[in-house]
Amino acid sequence: MKQDIILAGVGGQGILSIATVLGEAALSGGLHIKQAEVHGMSQRGGDVQSNLRLSSEPIASDLIPSGQVDMIMSLEPMEALRYVQELSKDGWIVTSSVPFVNINNYPEKEEVYRHLQAMPHTVMLDVEQLAKEAGAPAQAANMVLLGAAVPMLGFSYDSVKDAVAKVFARKGEEIVAKNIAALEAGFRHSSNR
Amino acid sequence: MKLLLLGDEAIALAAIHSGISGVYAYPGTPSTEITEYIQNRQKADPESARIFCRWCTNEKTAMEAALGMSYMGKRAMVCMKHVGMNVAADAFVNSAMTGANGGLVVVAADDPSMHSSQNEQDSRFYGKFAMIPVFEPSSQQEAYDMVRDAFDFSEKNRIPVLLRITTRMAHSRAEVETRSDILAQKSLSYPENPRQWVLLPANSKVRNEQLIKDQEAFEEGALNDHRNRFIPGEDKSLAIVTCGIAYNYLMENFPGGAPCGVLKISRYPVPRKLVKTMEAEGINRVIVMEEGQPMVEELIKGMISSDIQVDGRLTGVLPRTGELTPDSVRAAVRLVPHETFPKDDIVVPRPPALCQGCGHRDMYAALNEVAAEYENSRVFSDIGCYTLGALPPFRAIHTCVDMGASITMAKGAADAGQFPSFAVIGDSTFTHSGITGLLDCVNSNANVVIIISDNLTTGMTGGQDSAGTGKLESICAGVGVDPAHIRVVVPLAKNMEEIKNTIREEVEYNGVSVVIPRRECIQTFKRHSREKKK
Repeated sequence: MKQDIILAGVGGQGILSIATVLGEAALSGGLHIKQAEVHGMSQRGGDVQSNLRLSSEPIASDLIPSGQVDMIMSLEPMEALRYVQELSKDGWIVTSSVPFVNINNYPEKEEVYRHLQAMPHTVMLDVEQLAKEAGAPAQAANMVLLGAAVPMLGFSYDSVKDAVAKVFARKGEEIVAKNIAALEAGFRHSSNR
Repeated sequence: MKLLLLGDEAIALAAIHSGISGVYAYPGTPSTEITEYIQNRQKADPESARIFCRWCTNEKTAMEAALGMSYMGKRAMVCMKHVGMNVAADAFVNSAMTGANGGLVVVAADDPSMHSSQNEQDSRFYGKFAMIPVFEPSSQQEAYDMVRDAFDFSEKNRIPVLLRITTRMAHSRAEVETRSDILAQKSLSYPENPRQWVLLPANSKVRNEQLIKDQEAFEEGALNDHRNRFIPGEDKSLAIVTCGIAYNYLMENFPGGAPCGVLKISRYPVPRKLVKTMEAEGINRVIVMEEGQPMVEELIKGMISSDIQVDGRLTGVLPRTGELTPDSVRAAVRLVPHETFPKDDIVVPRPPALCQGCGHRDMYAALNEVAAEYENSRVFSDIGCYTLGALPPFRAIHTCVDMGASITMAKGAADAGQFPSFAVIGDSTFTHSGITGLLDCVNSNANVVIIISDNLTTGMTGGQDSAGTGKLESICAGVGVDPAHIRVVVPLAKNMEEIKNTIREEVEYNGVSVVIPRRECIQTFKRHSREKKK
């Protein structure tokens, strides 16, 4: 098993929580992990990404070679496109459809969608709307995204659910339940496609 | 126990497990998480043996305090980003002369590609310069294991050790197997060689001879470290030297092992014997892969026959600047590049920006208006979030060089005839390296307006305690600024007229003025509000 993932978004959107949950699931599953994060200046409202590598074999590099990424998981549609040259030919893009516009030259939304749909394997979903429908707060939108990615990741839904419960345990039962509801909403969306 | 740790966290945990009594540091990306990890462990387990872990005012005070702890026979660690080494350099270089008593490990986190820094300097040169051994891990596991060895080596050989890491090691997580033999803190013991700690020329001359003699033992240590090794390969004409994490990028491209010999370096001085082993394979070419500057590439030329071609960053086989990547290493060994999709050209840059609601924004809004009222205003700025004032929409600053340079450059410019000459510096940067510059201003009554934009924290690195909180006015007055020209304002849109008038008045005052716009960092404010709710 090998999954090389780019987690993408804008500083503050919560991509690192996705990494923490997947890291937990991988660790419980006895997999090897490497995850390179971005800290410091670029976090201030700029584009952020994290290279997450999971494998049953030992992993050499902290960075994923270009063209070898199995999945781009993005909390922002244009940010997903920022890394297409990293994606492998049969790789997946799982992305939020909600643009985060904090720059004045953001491209036309429809154009961004068209580019995303032109890629071989794209799942696009309104993670904020789905979180809301599941009774979860907007901060749980990242778990909707993760849920939507689960069918393509090679993890069982239950193993990811357990990891969510473990990671959010210290924040209390209610937060755990809402994050699991968000995860499930994303998972259903993706499974029913 | 197996844990998922950042390289920084692996180093921190290893230091705790090695029985340190203190960690001394000033925040700086990518080194900050080392000290934070120890602070958080201490908070979670206040019953544990006390490790001193409060932030220091700057890297020099950190290095010196750690040296003092080492003098007392206890283990201490110092952490900083690469440019912090410049600030700590006086103490660091001279610590090779005093030597260590308790184990002393200095961690320098370099930032090739300048993700969050102003240059790409390579801290290994500091090790060589000071004649101090350097450890450079290739993995998070090596980082964890190496810290224990570094402390042991430091104590046994009575020498500080430099642990050099780069951004990808600092900020990448991997599973780390931790040790079960956790060491207790050391008890107090004074140095056996007290004269060595008094660096009078007569003592230093003796010590210098010894330090040079000790280089042999340092090299021997590097030779016998299993993390330094030569791995022979089929192709005897070529060998590849990898330093630190370069090894991983090479192995990524050759999962079954490299087709040629590989000399893996994780510790310096580079052991000549290993280099000779490599040479004895009959090679006619070496490729050196190292993060940072071409230090080993230059060094190795003096160790092997001049008939052997040495390639690397200097010859363009690898890029001259920036961090290594699996792709750049792949190109260097002439493997076919992986097929990729073309870059999508509708994607536009999304540069970082000051947060919405940040007090620096209001400060710049006011300053820009007043500065525009003069024909030739110049704003000398500094290192911190407010450096983002260089970008749109503010485009407010003209310089950013090093910690504290805003005040001294504004002074030099005023000396040269600049009017108005502004300095913009943050509260933490001011106490780090601005106070001495302010004294220079006072002593020559320089005509400058110094804006200390006080957000009550060290913002850019994530909101660590700031050494001057609650003390700025008294520091400025103590240095000799006329209290009538130390002006505090609250940077909020509703106070804009008052802030502008304050700045205007101080521009018109011929002498040293300090304006302190003070409002808590919006990020720490949000965090504190959340904590209160709980």
